[in-house]
Amino acid sequence: MERKYLLGNLAIADACREAGVDFVSGYPGTPSSEVIERLRLVADEIPHLEWSVNEKVAFENALGAAWCGCRALVTMKHVGVNVAADPLMTSSYTGVTGGFVLLAADDPFAHSSQNEQDSRIYAGFAKIPCIDPSGIQEAHDGMKRAFDLSEEFGLPVMVRPTTRICHSKGDITLGEPATEHRVGEFTRNPRQYVVIPAHTRPLHKQLNEKQPGIKKRLIEEGFNTQTIRGKKAVIAGGISAAYAREVVPEDVSIATIGAYPIDEEWLRTFVSEHTEILVIEEMMPVIEGAVLEVACGQAIYGKKNGYLPYEGEFSPAVIAGALKKAGFISEELYPAVTPAENLPVRPPILCAGCMHRSTFYAMKKVFKDGIFPSDIGCYTLGLQLGAVDTTICMGASITVASGINLCGEERDVVCTIGDSTFLHTGVNGLINAVYNGADIVVVILDNRITAMTGHQPNPNTGKTACGVSSIPLSLEALCHSCGVSFVETVDPYDLTLLLDTMKKAKEEKGVRVIIARQPCIIVARREGLKRRRFMVEPETCTGCLLCVKYGCPAIEFHDEKAFINDLCSGCAVCADICPAGAIRQEVKR
Amino acid sequence: MKMGFDILIVGIGGQGTILASNVLGEACLVEGRSVRGAETHGMAQRGGSVESQIRIDCEFGPLIVPGTADLLIAFDLLEAVRYRHYLKEGGEMIVNNQLVLPTSTFTSGQAPPTEGDIIGMLKGWKVSIVDATAIATAAGSPLATNITLLGAASHTIPLGLESLLEGVRRCVPKKTIPINEKAFLDGRDAVQP
Repeated sequence: MERKYLLGNLAIADACREAGVDFVSGYPGTPSSEVIERLRLVADEIPHLEWSVNEKVAFENALGAAWCGCRALVTMKHVGVNVAADPLMTSSYTGVTGGFVLLAADDPFAHSSQNEQDSRIYAGFAKIPCIDPSGIQEAHDGMKRAFDLSEEFGLPVMVRPTTRICHSKGDITLGEPATEHRVGEFTRNPRQYVVIPAHTRPLHKQLNEKQPGIKKRLIEEGFNTQTIRGKKAVIAGGISAAYAREVVPEDVSIATIGAYPIDEEWLRTFVSEHTEILVIEEMMPVIEGAVLEVACGQAIYGKKNGYLPYEGEFSPAVIAGALKKAGFISEELYPAVTPAENLPVRPPILCAGCMHRSTFYAMKKVFKDGIFPSDIGCYTLGLQLGAVDTTICMGASITVASGINLCGEERDVVCTIGDSTFLHTGVNGLINAVYNGADIVVVILDNRITAMTGHQPNPNTGKTACGVSSIPLSLEALCHSCGVSFVETVDPYDLTLLLDTMKKAKEEKGVRVIIARQPCIIVARREGLKRRRFMVEPETCTGCLLCVKYGCPAIEFHDEKAFINDLCSGCAVCADICPAGAIRQEVKR
Repeated sequence: MKMGFDILIVGIGGQGTILASNVLGEACLVEGRSVRGAETHGMAQRGGSVESQIRIDCEFGPLIVPGTADLLIAFDLLEAVRYRHYLKEGGEMIVNNQLVLPTSTFTSGQAPPTEGDIIGMLKGWKVSIVDATAIATAAGSPLATNITLLGAASHTIPLGLESLLEGVRRCVPKKTIPINEKAFLDGRDAVQP
């Protein structure tokens, strides 16, 4: 037993080691990525570990391993579950033999996401157990037990931490990593693994028959708890339970929900002991729905009658507000505050020397009237440069571009997509665009890595998650084989060539692909890249602001002159932009 | 209700706020005290505004409610202003005397605020402005600015000096331990208890 101060995701990763996980797959996505990033560091003790090309692929790989009796973990962010939803929904019918855990990390408040969907709904939809921890220790312990539960019921189990668990820290107690691992062995059983209608109908019945046992077990295991202290009660789930414990008065009962499905009898007993109940959970009213089903005359306060919001993340302050509104407390617990107004904002920004910036610059220059669908990655920050018009989900830039082009819109459509996103689900859109006659320019922003989530390798990188060399995929050959004849690869630091290639593409018809290739500047610097910085000659600078508008964080403007700061990585693009020739490389010092 | 000591550390992605918060977490472990922390990840490396919350003696969730923090440590003047409302009445602020202007101020053509403007916006608060980068540089490396600020704040933090130094030793790269210890102590000396 070791005590550590640990990030939630690292505690979750360590729990998987303690459970003896044999097979690990996933696709990076905030706030889930650090689980595999941690396990990568001990890859030699895990029989198989990979970053997969997308969540569906990751899920099915892990499922195959679990069908062979191995303990398998698959990780993704909440929206990744949408991609993996197809196998998920039927994997509960087939069940598993080895413990199979789906880590679905939710992101209330969309700190780093495109929506605030609630994975508990998926677990209920698929009829699998869902563990919803209120803190890091619970996340660790729950993750470990999830493998046992999965094997006990022969079902996939979802573990669903939220951002404030994945990315929070605490003092926690860890166990010892398991030392033994299983070797997978497939036992043929078509009635279980081949879901033709004749097989799937009885499998569905079996799945339904498992439910009462699961509900009982979750109570016995102590995932859901109740403490009766008065006639008023709070029922809180996930991290809201931790916030509630901080602010709920001592004469108010409290029930905490740490796993689903909830046993109705257990819940009815608790509800019937009270006259008024406040239900507290982020996002969807899952617990509230269950409470309303068993309530019999009690006043139930929750989202449905406006005591708490459906969106955003909660905090002790939000809960204190609901307690006050429901009359559970009489005074405000927290002071009213006034944030400073009109401060310059400081959003995340593309790095100095990022290859995306020059690509966006050239795109905007050549396609002045263009429409710019984009995708999910660091390059979504191209929004600040006016070069991102749409972003909806992974792999949707080429497809949305096709739709815009094929519906009668006459302007040029130039879409951008990163290498990892292209390989995730973008390539299908390219195949479709060629096949169905779209007339678009596709710019693949190829920085050789999955950058935004922390630089995970992908098939384009030439390295696996375990650091083993692999054959890097050829984007050019892939695009050609999809039927694209215009495939041009350019170095985005070469502004002249980049502009010429864009102009050339503008003259052509059909699907045209430009691959802008330059390693991610963070990775390049980490690997030892050193380039001399650039500087502005003040006497030559005319203060025209063209370099400043380029939006590089290395370029400042003081006293009517541009100035290049320490962030400069020496990419040289601003020197090409400057009409006065005032920007040049620093002389060696 | 709130019992422990809540600290908010704010700055710009890449300045080392997370490492600073880890030092405090480790120091709590040394003293066998419970601790919770929350921090900004994801786009944190891309120069955005970032925050780390540390709750000493906390057994609940990791979030500090605005208006209740006991201490604010800011790595940048502008970020101190952005988060000042997290402090409780009478709470203390340790601020690095450094202003990095967001790129947006240049691209949007706004008149950027000056250091004087910003220091003015901190009037009325219990503020110690520390030239932490200079102190860290003198101690051996500007990269120790984060540890210098912790040192400056250490009079207020309810953790023993030796526990904090042990936290520093556990969190910084081995080779830089002497520099960081010096930076911490010099930072501590720069502020009157």
